[in-house]
Amino acid sequence: MTEVLPSVAAAEGTALYAWLLVALPAFGALVLLAGGRRTNAWGHLLGCATVLAAFGYGVVLFSQTLGFDAAQRTRELGLGTFFAVNSLQVNYGLRLDPLSLTFVLLITGVGGLIHLYAIGYMAHDPGRRRFFGYFNLFVAAMLVLVLSNNFVTLYLGWEGVGLASYLLIGWYQDRPSAATAAKKAFLMNRVGDVGLALAIFLIWRSLGTVQFSEVFPRAGEIGGPTLLAITLLLLLGACGKSGQFPLQAWLPDAMEGPTPVSALIHAATMVTAGVYLVARCSPLYNLSPNGRLAVAAVGVITLLIGSIIGCAYDDIKKVLAYSTVSQIGYMILAVGLGPAGYALGIVHLLTHGFFKAALFLGAGSVMHGMHDEIDMRRMGGLARHMPITFVIFSTGYLALIGFPFLSGYYSKDAIIEAAYAAGGAAAGLFGTIALLAAGLTAFYMTRLMLMTFFGEERWRNLRSADGHEYHPHESPPVMWVPMVPLAIGSLVAGYFLASGGRLARWLEPSVGSLVAAEAPFPPVLVPIFTVLVSAVGVLAAWLFVGRNPVPVVRPKRVSLPVAAARADLYANAINETLIARPGTWLTRALVFVDNKGVDGVVNGTAALLGGSSGRLRRLQTGFVRSYALGMLGGAIVVIAFLLAVSYS
Amino acid sequence: MSSEVSSGGGLLLAMLLLPLVGSVVVVPMRSAPTVAKTTAMAFALAELVLAALAWSAYNPSGGRLQLTLSIPWIPAFGTRFALGIDGIALVMIALISVLVPIVMGSSWADKMSEDRTPAGFYALLLSLQSLLIGVFVSTDVFLFYLFFEVMLVPMYFLIGRFGGPRRQYAAVKFFLYSLLGGLVMLASVIGLFVVSGNRLGHGTFDWATLVRIAGSVPQSTQIWLFLGFFVAFAIKAPLVPLHTWLPDAGAEAPIGVGVLLVGVMDKVGIYGFLRYCLPLFPAASRALAPLVLVLAVVGVLYGALLAVGQSDMKRFVAYTSVAHFGFIALGVFAFSTQAQAGAVLYMVNHGISTGMLFIVVGMLIARGGSRLISDYGGVAVLAPVLSGMMLLAGLSSLALPGTNSFVSEFLVLIGSFPRQPVFTILATSGMILAALYVLWFYQRLMHGPVRGAAVVGALEGPGSTMAPEAAAQRQRARFPDLSIREVAVLVPLVVLILLLGLYPQPVLNVINPSVGATLTEVGLSDPVVGQGGR
Repeated sequence: MTEVLPSVAAAEGTALYAWLLVALPAFGALVLLAGGRRTNAWGHLLGCATVLAAFGYGVVLFSQTLGFDAAQRTRELGLGTFFAVNSLQVNYGLRLDPLSLTFVLLITGVGGLIHLYAIGYMAHDPGRRRFFGYFNLFVAAMLVLVLSNNFVTLYLGWEGVGLASYLLIGWYQDRPSAATAAKKAFLMNRVGDVGLALAIFLIWRSLGTVQFSEVFPRAGEIGGPTLLAITLLLLLGACGKSGQFPLQAWLPDAMEGPTPVSALIHAATMVTAGVYLVARCSPLYNLSPNGRLAVAAVGVITLLIGSIIGCAYDDIKKVLAYSTVSQIGYMILAVGLGPAGYALGIVHLLTHGFFKAALFLGAGSVMHGMHDEIDMRRMGGLARHMPITFVIFSTGYLALIGFPFLSGYYSKDAIIEAAYAAGGAAAGLFGTIALLAAGLTAFYMTRLMLMTFFGEERWRNLRSADGHEYHPHESPPVMWVPMVPLAIGSLVAGYFLASGGRLARWLEPSVGSLVAAEAPFPPVLVPIFTVLVSAVGVLAAWLFVGRNPVPVVRPKRVSLPVAAARADLYANAINETLIARPGTWLTRALVFVDNKGVDGVVNGTAALLGGSSGRLRRLQTGFVRSYALGMLGGAIVVIAFLLAVSYS
Repeated sequence: MSSEVSSGGGLLLAMLLLPLVGSVVVVPMRSAPTVAKTTAMAFALAELVLAALAWSAYNPSGGRLQLTLSIPWIPAFGTRFALGIDGIALVMIALISVLVPIVMGSSWADKMSEDRTPAGFYALLLSLQSLLIGVFVSTDVFLFYLFFEVMLVPMYFLIGRFGGPRRQYAAVKFFLYSLLGGLVMLASVIGLFVVSGNRLGHGTFDWATLVRIAGSVPQSTQIWLFLGFFVAFAIKAPLVPLHTWLPDAGAEAPIGVGVLLVGVMDKVGIYGFLRYCLPLFPAASRALAPLVLVLAVVGVLYGALLAVGQSDMKRFVAYTSVAHFGFIALGVFAFSTQAQAGAVLYMVNHGISTGMLFIVVGMLIARGGSRLISDYGGVAVLAPVLSGMMLLAGLSSLALPGTNSFVSEFLVLIGSFPRQPVFTILATSGMILAALYVLWFYQRLMHGPVRGAAVVGALEGPGSTMAPEAAAQRQRARFPDLSIREVAVLVPLVVLILLLGLYPQPVLNVINPSVGATLTEVGLSDPVVGQGGR
């Protein structure tokens, strides 16, 4: 990897105002959160306007950058000192390059559509203005993350995203489960954050700088073991934010938030951050084959876990959540393949942004028409009652399972192919698992479609949790119109981005050129195999839930694998047994020791010195004067002593 | 032995005397509480103006000690009434001057028991402020010792007379601990005088002179003298295992006093490390650093775990502080300018964020009448502004980027890492525990359905069959959100948290040269030298 990194030019012209990208949503958040009830009437409009304005400006910057030569597409905009102590200089600064601008468009574009949708979805929530404040905060933090030109302000955005997700997952404050899920998300993220922080410490110790433009060209100066440690610690950070093994358990719980939050977290922002981090640090990963292997392995494990668990849930949002876990696994696998995969991971990230947003917003639309019902066993036959939602959801579905020539077909197949082609002992294993998981994906998504939109209308004789009859109906235009562009993206984005390596060439200045590896078999076989495996998944789903009636109550007696999948493959149980419970015991024990032990020893010593505990107790009843006298006496002794010393 | 006053030297004397004068003025106003409070507040605000003047008079690139003033005091043993500040002392007196008016504002509506009057309380606050300033501006070791001991007296009375149910126990415990530490330190102070007498022919307490001869003192002597100072400062800071007085004192002290106790007085310990232990005993500091680092890291983790396990809100705040002091001590003894600048900034930030946490907890207690976490629940629905303030204080406490504490914690950790990777990794994992104790604390108090004896008790009463709107109105009346006074008390803290979180450099510019000088006095240089080389 002796590829010369492109030079970094100073931003000029329109790009001098690039700070507006962050400032607009940050301003929106400030006004909405500090403005209080006065902004209730128009708060949601301001919230949408700031994000859409940022999107418009992002498009301008993007198209301007397209006009430059590849070598001049990386520009930086310095914005002054954040903090500095001698050799540690941390600056505010933006890095405008193909990678960051791509993310800007995804975050503000898809994010903006989700904002619009939320106007309708949150219309009856008295806290809607505050909700949009948090939403803008989320977007602002995410933009700080992807636009930073150094590791420390990246960390600022990184944890800012964690905060915004905490606030939004815990939106329904009166639900204890929401509060717990929010806390869990923040804590598991923090585990990852510690990894990222330690990586930054190591980088600074090795190179004395935290600026991308200085770290990346000098990555070769870092010693091998240190570099491996850095890449693994960065991976830990990526695992936390992107819900990758072993820190995946928070992501499905994040469904406790309102559905637009799920869409924002899962499609446009937060979970993509880990993929971004690895791609951004490609100059480091290029030099560390073992670091890359670890990344790829984590991706493979996660994509398998996610797709297995996704098959077992009846909660429509949880299925989509595990689908996200699994799809992010594909992206992490891709970026773990190094130069052969960085661009493929980003392509899948973008297509996934479209179809997963369409799916989540579609699921929200279903819930909207079904009294917030999330149990698919209580749905069925909804296609007739909400046709627009059905059509949009279907495009997302087909794109996700990799239906030929739709988005997922291009982006996911390319990753499976690259995994096979990567070479090394693990390549066959990685490729095969990724291939099988594609079949599982087809299974759980078809199961979801059949249980929700087809078959018997099982909701006919049921009541919702709050005692209403179900009257499924289509959502208002403010909700379905924003979903249309997402559906279109689900259809065509894959072809547009992948054909002729369009996005890969665009990203070259950021992640290097895409190295096409030699597959051990004719590459044309991979799409064929993938489509076949997916078809098997679809068929299996039909055999399970399409052909047979679906019980309204989930069967209790199930086989061991199903039970395991329903229990999230015991991830929570393991966390509970290995960390939470011992932690509680440790805490209790320490509180006891601190009260009885440490304090007891000190009090005991005092009692001993005081002659008896009885006398101590008399001391403690507090004859203030005697203390004052004691102090005076002490002072006299002191001065006498000093006089003695100075005249001796 | 004549008097020496540099330009601006009168300023520190004025800062020292003004609150004392205020205290004397306020004491007789026993029968006019409002006049007493207003007068005290006027003095506190005037002190803030003086602090601003001192800030603008201080030149960061100037001498080691500035705004100096030195008057012969007890010539018999070479002690002088000598004042002066470096950047570290400056930010501390600025912190005191900002916190005291806020504390007064937050205590404005405190209920006093039978024979206690606001006049007495506010007079004690002012005299405490004066003595705290004295500790930070002394440049004569004996004068420092004097302030160090005497500041216990107003604090003792503030806790013992105005505190909670177990105030006597807490006050005595605090007093005994501190007195014990002070006595051990006294031995070292005398020892220092004797040693300087041996070196110079005449003993001195002058800090700058003692620093000059520090290098020539044998390491074994240094270690004994170091330990004397160290024990006193470690009790004050406090470091584990000498911390157990703090939860009691913090829990029983009135809220405002607790803010000054944890936010400022405890910092005297850390300040003592930086100003006395390191420059006066450089060889001992280097030799004993591993010991301190162990205590520091144990404090980070131990304090955090104990904070998780607390059931009393004020004890919770006290234990979070034990964890924070661990970070600060780590920064001081990791010996890099980044870590030490972070530690000093951390002292300021901890005063702000823990002060705010304490004050908001006090506002909650004022509504529910209980200190127990389990007596509350679902408060966010009733008092959204209060819970928002609690969250912000908590986020600052867990060092979220964007808030003040992030910068200091990050500096401490990144600066400690090159020399002490193992200790730093352990301390960094404390970040997870910090998130746990803050968010769990917040969740139990604020999230979920309205519950808990204190909240329900406040809400209960006749009229349970009211219409929903009337019931909601009654809820707001019985468990009100923050009043305008309460918001006004908190707003300066909110502004500082965000301002220092996003633009801390002006404060760092003041701190950096002083910690650089301190590190030189220890005889070390930075492990990471910058962008050019490795």
